[in-house]
Amino acid sequence: MSHDQLQPADAGDVRAAFTRRSLFRGAGALAAGSIVADAARSAAAAPSVRLEGALEIELSINGAAQKVKVEPRTTLLNALRNHCSPPLTGAKLVCDRGSCGACTVHVDGRPVYSCMTLAIDAVGKKVTTVEGLAKGGELTEVQRAICEHDGSMCGFCTPGFVMSITACLERKPDATLDEIKHACAGNLCRCGTYPHLFDAALAAGRALRAKGGK
Amino acid sequence: MKAFELIQPASLDAALEALPGARDTKARDRVKLLAGGQDLLGELKEHLIEPQTLVNLKSIPGLDAIEHRDDGSLRLGALVTLARIEEDRTLRERFALLAEAAGAVASVQIRNAGTLGGNLCQRPRCWYYRHEQAVCIKKGGSECFAYGGLNKYNAILGGGPSYIVHPSDVAPALVALEAQAVIRGKRGERQIPLEQFFTLPSEGSVLRENVLTSEEILTHVIVPAQSGAPWRSTYLKFRERGSYDFALSAVALRLSMDGDKVRAARLVLGGVAPIPWRCEKAEKALVGREIDAQTAEFVGKLALEGAEPLEHNAYKILLTQGLITKALRKLAS
Repeated sequence: MSHDQLQPADAGDVRAAFTRRSLFRGAGALAAGSIVADAARSAAAAPSVRLEGALEIELSINGAAQKVKVEPRTTLLNALRNHCSPPLTGAKLVCDRGSCGACTVHVDGRPVYSCMTLAIDAVGKKVTTVEGLAKGGELTEVQRAICEHDGSMCGFCTPGFVMSITACLERKPDATLDEIKHACAGNLCRCGTYPHLFDAALAAGRALRAKGGK
Repeated sequence: MKAFELIQPASLDAALEALPGARDTKARDRVKLLAGGQDLLGELKEHLIEPQTLVNLKSIPGLDAIEHRDDGSLRLGALVTLARIEEDRTLRERFALLAEAAGAVASVQIRNAGTLGGNLCQRPRCWYYRHEQAVCIKKGGSECFAYGGLNKYNAILGGGPSYIVHPSDVAPALVALEAQAVIRGKRGERQIPLEQFFTLPSEGSVLRENVLTSEEILTHVIVPAQSGAPWRSTYLKFRERGSYDFALSAVALRLSMDGDKVRAARLVLGGVAPIPWRCEKAEKALVGREIDAQTAEFVGKLALEGAEPLEHNAYKILLTQGLITKALRKLAS
């Protein structure tokens, strides 16, 4: 393993995004966010858009629009942690290779690895991070159950598991143990708290059903 | 990851325009296609490729459509995610083998972002190929380091001069389903059997795993209607790590039965060769037979005929024969 694998692959662009000027060839002086969104929706007649260097995009994060300065190579994880204000550090940078699940967020309600998603590809979509789950300071059933079942040890993987379990139970509140395991297959916990996490997920499912969830 | 320019083409034609010509060999590494990014971003982060330009296929409208046609066939856009293939109700009913294989790919997070086209065009997982400093034969070097090195995960069939295995789960299933690949290039569209899409290192360029030139895009996959008697099918995948992993070996099997006897069969292996490995001899041998222990042993032997294991992967022969037996039993019962 080379040392640089331990570093975020695009760490260098944090500062660069604020010093380099945006460059839009053939796209005029519109905000990149609207260009990207338009390109995603556009008809065949629309021209291609070229994006390079630092650009400002608008993301929908936890229900609020947020303008962030990124580059095309900036991952969604990097944008959340380093370019949002306040920084959203719930999603963790661990493997940075789509292997461990610590960076899991929801994009349009589906769990994805934010380290393997370009921030630009999240334009026009609804991003939900672990910070966006609890409403009015009250923990969700999944979060509460993980606390009650002692579901985290060092806690670094916990936000990722919360996102995976939440997505699983939103689709199927009566998910079986096997279905929960399948939903969490892309999340690693090096402390080995899996049995507690799975118990918590089953309990959260029961609580959601008692509350009259789907 | 190095900086790149991102082109968001508004149409397929605009995307093709951004690609270098097939003869421009120097330019082919400068421009890469971006779909779900689940493989490509890893390659960029590991500096295996450092393109100047990425062409984002996600901005092209309509490439993510699942189309169930009146004749019972299926037309999938290359940008359909693996999760949608796994979940589509009609697709599950008509092409269970494909849905099963899509569900066996990696983790929920990867299936939600990863696309059909990306899965079929993903690069090898061989750890020598994936190591930035190892300039192996797949990266323009002169040697396959796996051949004389740590080759537990490498090919037992069809290897040489490179011994990678094709990592896709949906590819063996689609070849078993006799799918067609639709390819658009600057000079028009061509449609070929998906089986012919993949190339052995000894027959195509050792630098690629398929027939795509640098000016072409895999746009659709067409799965023909299931004709004749009802087919049964299964996709069995053996992983070293149970939660999620690439296949050490995988079996895509389709059988059409006539009472207790096999009327027709399709058997394609994954994880053991540089391409999805079609076992035509074994398929023919199955016809007219009942599924019993003897048949399973005979078919398993034929399927692995010509296997040349490397120092650390002879286990794949027994493992694959075991999977074939298991798949036959499952479909016979």
